[in-house]
Amino acid sequence: MNIPPLPVGSWFETLINWLTDHLEVFFDGIGTMVTAILDATEFILMFPHPLVLILIFTTLAWFAAKHGVAIFTLLGMLLIYNMGYWPATMETLSLVLASVLIALLLGVPLGIWSAKKPVVEKVMRPILDFMQTLPAFVYLIPAVLFFKLGPVPGVIATLIFSLPPAVRLTSLGIRQVPEEIREAAISFGSNPRQLLFKAELPVALPTIMAGVNQTIMLALSMVVISGMIGAGGLGNEVLKGITQLKIDVGFEAGISIVILAIFLDRVTQRLGRKSNNN
Amino acid sequence: MNIIEVRGLYKVFGKEPARVFPLLEQGLDKTSVLKKTGCAVGINNASFEISKGEIFVLMGLSGSGKSTVIRCLNRLINPTRGEILIDGQDIAKMDKSALLEVRRSKLSMVFQHFGLLPNRSVVRNVEYGLEVAGTNAEQRRERAINALELVGLKGYEQSLPNELSGGMQQRVGLARALASDPEVLLMDEAFSALDPLIRTQMQDELLELQARMHKTIVFITHDLDEALKLGDRIAIMKDGEIVQTGTPEEILTAPADDYVKRFVENVDRSKVITAGSVMRKARTIQLPKDGPRVAIRAMEKQGISSIFAIDSERRLQGLMRIDDAIKLERRGKSDLSSVLETDLYVASPETPIGELLVSAMNARYPITIQDDEGRLMGLLDRAIIIAEMYDEDEEASVTPLDEVLAEADDAAPETKEELI
Ligand SMILES: Nc1ncnc2c1ncn2[C@@H]1O[C@H](COP(=O)(O)OP(=O)(O)OP(=O)(O)O)[C@@H](O)[C@H]1O
Ligand SMILES: [Mg+2]
Repeated sequence: MNIPPLPVGSWFETLINWLTDHLEVFFDGIGTMVTAILDATEFILMFPHPLVLILIFTTLAWFAAKHGVAIFTLLGMLLIYNMGYWPATMETLSLVLASVLIALLLGVPLGIWSAKKPVVEKVMRPILDFMQTLPAFVYLIPAVLFFKLGPVPGVIATLIFSLPPAVRLTSLGIRQVPEEIREAAISFGSNPRQLLFKAELPVALPTIMAGVNQTIMLALSMVVISGMIGAGGLGNEVLKGITQLKIDVGFEAGISIVILAIFLDRVTQRLGRKSNNN
Repeated sequence: MNIIEVRGLYKVFGKEPARVFPLLEQGLDKTSVLKKTGCAVGINNASFEISKGEIFVLMGLSGSGKSTVIRCLNRLINPTRGEILIDGQDIAKMDKSALLEVRRSKLSMVFQHFGLLPNRSVVRNVEYGLEVAGTNAEQRRERAINALELVGLKGYEQSLPNELSGGMQQRVGLARALASDPEVLLMDEAFSALDPLIRTQMQDELLELQARMHKTIVFITHDLDEALKLGDRIAIMKDGEIVQTGTPEEILTAPADDYVKRFVENVDRSKVITAGSVMRKARTIQLPKDGPRVAIRAMEKQGISSIFAIDSERRLQGLMRIDDAIKLERRGKSDLSSVLETDLYVASPETPIGELLVSAMNARYPITIQDDEGRLMGLLDRAIIIAEMYDEDEEASVTPLDEVLAEADDAAPETKEELI
């Protein structure tokens, strides 16, 4: 009656070791690509003077969202700058942008594919469900194992965590295109590519944009958690607040995250709605 | 000339269409086939021809296969078996690029719920077909604007579809279908989503457009009044089969079976039945050769008090009353033309009888039916009109136009005595 504990942990370790040994080139390749993208987003956000960027963000909010959002953006970002969290905030934003960029490059085509092929949809759904139910920080483990510490595993964990809504809502948006619109597009002589790009994607765009919005928000939350593996940015500051019991640092970093979150949310939400009536 | 010819068309939905054909040949119906094989029969051996410039209406109950048929014509649905010749080419056998070409140039479709792209402006919706066909931007804009003008939507080019009313949205749908100047318009319940007033208006406008453009139109509807108003010919479908094809009059006056009869029952007959189809033979005398004596004898023999006078070409001269004829005879005169009643109500054979009712009520004499050249074809009185409008079983007494004409021709050489 005495069943010895199964060595599940060591099996997993063996698997990971095998993967890291044999697929090193593969993971290195991915790491290099992610680093390149990250360098680009960082450069764009770190290079201009903070006040210039604040003005650009405010203008963006002014045209994309309500004017109140623009005023909030201006004041909020000035506060971040004033508190001295601007570099950390931009570092966080660049991590978010890099992850979201990759997540969308993967997620949108996957979504289209699964909308077109019921089989793909069937396979994808449980995987996406699984990905979404897993606690966020569990993603950090394989990321660290394959990519060590730093911003690269942070981006990898983030993009995996934020991928599901991009896939799901793209697929949903396309499946929701009314049958008559599809029939109209075909009956007027669209080939499959024209059907997708001239009819289905434009009609699905509001839904896809809702997915983009969710992806961005999930990415932001995950980027903060990635502070635990040294991804940098505001996550690091929050971690400092927790581990060193620096209440002021934790609080100020927290406020910066909230301001950034509201800005990102409102602007992308509005963009989605605008693409709806355009 | 037939622009569309459909022969032995079948569409079977389901995994094993091959199993279905032997069963259909044994005469099994749709429901038993579905039970046995799990396959739904959408179209069961449909054959029909549509000639150029015709409005061909498909009617039938829900699920009878109308939409499936119209979608086979442009292969939104692939037929399981059969031939669909469009301008002599079998669309069922076409490869992809030929099919695209036909869709872009020859066939276009109008949808029940319009099927417009909500993100595109009206003019960009209308351009769609030309855009995918690769027409250059300038040219397609010009043609789209022309098409919009044709349907009365000038000035709405930049609006979005959801800013327009249903009727206007369907005009956009119609403009989009006309923009590529196709030969055939496929319209699947195109006016069914519109409210009744707008619907009638759209029907009138379609007829007006058709009078100018002479397209071939395949039109699906549930509504018999609409079918009768628009259709040059009507095909009635039941369970995937075409049970009758014919002109509106043929469908109304000689329904092929009880299913068709049920369709016809509720129609507003006063709008559909034409004077020509129910008129009675007119008794006539021929001028100038017939005199009062012939006229009187004719009226006495028929037991009537007046008779129509025609010339040798059957052109109506007037109505002769028996008392006038007697007076003339007493005075020994032979020229009837001086006493003819010429104030008669005249209608063409195409006039719906409903339009004639009021005149028939007020007129002292029967309504005369004349063709374009003024030849007398028959007569109608209020009794006939009322009987036709309200008593549907009176069909036995209906004298179709052809018969009247045939008899008239037979009688022509000897009209004088032969009192028609
Ligand atoms: N994709 C499909 N799969 C299975 N069966 C179908 C499919 N499309 C149509 N059918 C069946 O084919 C038959 C004909 O359908 P169709 O849509 O052509 O009818 P309809 O005459 O246009 O009806 P309605 O007036 O309701 O539009 C129906 O019995 C329907 O259930
Ligand atoms: Mg239908």
